[in-house]
Amino acid sequence: MSTYNFDYLDELEAEAIHILREVAGQFEKPALLFSGGKDSITLVRLAEKAFRPGKFPFPLVHIDTGHNFEETITYRDKMIERIGERLIVGSVQESINQGKVIEQTGKNASRNALQTVTLLDTIAEHQFDACIGGARRDEEKARAKERIFSVRDEFGQWDPKRQRPELWNIYNGKIHKGENVRVFPISNWTELDVWNYIRREKIELPSIYFSHEREVITRNGQLMAASPFLNMDDDDLVFRKQVRFRTVGDMSCTAAVESEATLIDDIIDEISASKISERGARLDDKVSEAAMEDRKKGGYF
Amino acid sequence: MNILKFFTAGSVDDGKSTLIGRLLYDTDSILADQLEALQSSNRKNDDGTIDLAILTDGLRAEREQGITIDVAYKYFQTDKRKFIIADTPGHIQYTRNMVTGASTANLAIILIDARNGVVEQTIRHSYLVSLLGIKHIVVCINKMDMVGYDESVYNSIINKYQVLAQQLKLVDVNYIPVSALKGDNIVQNSEHMDWYEGESLLHFLEKVDTDNLDKSQLARMPVQWVIRPQTEELHDYRGYAGQVLSGTFSLNDKVTILPSGASSTIEKIEFFDQAPTAAHAGQSVTIHLKDDVDISRGDTIVNASALPQDSKLIEADLCWMDGRALDTSIMYLIQHNSKVTKCKVSEILHKVDINTLEKHPADEFKLNDIGRVILKTADALAFDLYDDNRANGSAILVDSRTNLTVGALMFRAAVE
Repeated sequence: MSTYNFDYLDELEAEAIHILREVAGQFEKPALLFSGGKDSITLVRLAEKAFRPGKFPFPLVHIDTGHNFEETITYRDKMIERIGERLIVGSVQESINQGKVIEQTGKNASRNALQTVTLLDTIAEHQFDACIGGARRDEEKARAKERIFSVRDEFGQWDPKRQRPELWNIYNGKIHKGENVRVFPISNWTELDVWNYIRREKIELPSIYFSHEREVITRNGQLMAASPFLNMDDDDLVFRKQVRFRTVGDMSCTAAVESEATLIDDIIDEISASKISERGARLDDKVSEAAMEDRKKGGYF
Repeated sequence: MNILKFFTAGSVDDGKSTLIGRLLYDTDSILADQLEALQSSNRKNDDGTIDLAILTDGLRAEREQGITIDVAYKYFQTDKRKFIIADTPGHIQYTRNMVTGASTANLAIILIDARNGVVEQTIRHSYLVSLLGIKHIVVCINKMDMVGYDESVYNSIINKYQVLAQQLKLVDVNYIPVSALKGDNIVQNSEHMDWYEGESLLHFLEKVDTDNLDKSQLARMPVQWVIRPQTEELHDYRGYAGQVLSGTFSLNDKVTILPSGASSTIEKIEFFDQAPTAAHAGQSVTIHLKDDVDISRGDTIVNASALPQDSKLIEADLCWMDGRALDTSIMYLIQHNSKVTKCKVSEILHKVDINTLEKHPADEFKLNDIGRVILKTADALAFDLYDDNRANGSAILVDSRTNLTVGALMFRAAVE
């Protein structure tokens, strides 16, 4: 019997590849939701490992809030060119123009919540029956209970009380017409696992994950990038700070952290020592104790 | 560093959520903002300390009722291991959730309240552990602080449990006296129980050898997806993608493809940009065969010298998971790895009263019922017996009217 080295990252990777291949095998029209963040970038690498030298059996879908960090879009376009896969962009601005959603007003205005409508429209337009996402169970306690294959009704709603039992490594992707399944291949990864994997695989990331100097303001005790997308008034003091971002979301709801970490090793050290969780830097989770649960029930990722 | 997946059985009264909260808290796995959210919550222990149980109550209904309804997965790590906890509800009405949590675990923690000893639900939880084939068991005798850290209480519970363990043929059973509330023997060894010479729970979990690496000779790989780029340069490329369930495949191994029975030889193994000489249990790879055989999703590649069972009539243990009772007159779908075929439950052999372990004849099967049935499948399944090979000995039943997962199956025998 030969021995082999199969450590925790190998195990997580193999599980994720298995899940991606189940999606390919079980669904007619799957899609991979790509946000430009490190988790969806990790998914792209896992998809390469699952399907190369063949093409991905699904396109990438980006729900574009129009309030992106420029670095994310640059990264996205370069990556699409490298992997040679199809990209579909669903535009929140377009949903606003069509009057399907209304831009929020006030100091805490963000397009984060509006994304859900654009996402559901994009799913309906392309008739996607499965959407692969990079959510992890360690992010938040409602997510801790979500299945890897998470069935949504035709309104995109998640019903936590009617989840299918998910046993062994058998995933039931059978659905009725109009329903779809959100699939989370890296459910069992933690933030640190993702970073360790990115380091091991030498995966390139958008530059905003690394320390850089930027104009920021303080909002609700957190550093926010100063941008035309943020409703600012004369009370908001703009100053320059050495920062980086731990998640990449809409510019109006993603807070920066002060950081000198310019290399991935520095980031891993920083996260290992950190006392604030990743979603702690997301204003959208702070609204109420059940914020994520409510948004997921409404069709959010 | 590898991963230990474990699940916890016990009811809220046994302090299960407190035990998990304590493990997370004492290993520094709770971050400041989560702690802040906890502290601002209005649920506190009687002495005003944080109620650690809240950490595992994820859904609003659970917080409102102070109970765990669904399986919650929790993560923490030490410098020795990464841990995945399936936190499952212990009440009988959530048996299916416990079965779900147990299905992916390789170790079970069974909680016993030191004041009550071995009770009905201890029997039920232990039975489920044996049913799901979990090899390693830690019996945590909790609330030792409430019995004055008395060694004789601990010993008498062990004596009672050993009888049960023997009856259920549990092999590796370990006992630890703890107080999750006070933190005794969870991470640090307790100062209150000098008489206990074993390890704390965490140290035990860090060290236990759970055979993550499958050593069986039963090489099995269900084909999930056939990779065919069909480009000019890769015109004849045909790779069979899947995860090795058990055993090892090496270059030049003779293999059989089921259900067709075709034979071939392994020509090449690929993993992205690597071409390893072997593929082991757990690895997701792509296999190339020397012969041009017709293989598609749902087929299984197996070691030609250790063939699985190959039958359309299977005796299996069934746990029913749906509100709509089993109907022996209709067709269900059975999903066994990547294979889906039609199936009928042709006979109910018996049902088990999981509180007393007694077997009864039965003609109906309702939510949370467990028992032995005979299945008749449309296509033959290439399966192993659950006790020999958990990964290839399990399947689910799907109701094609609702698409819901309605049953968990553990294969016990091929019927001649």
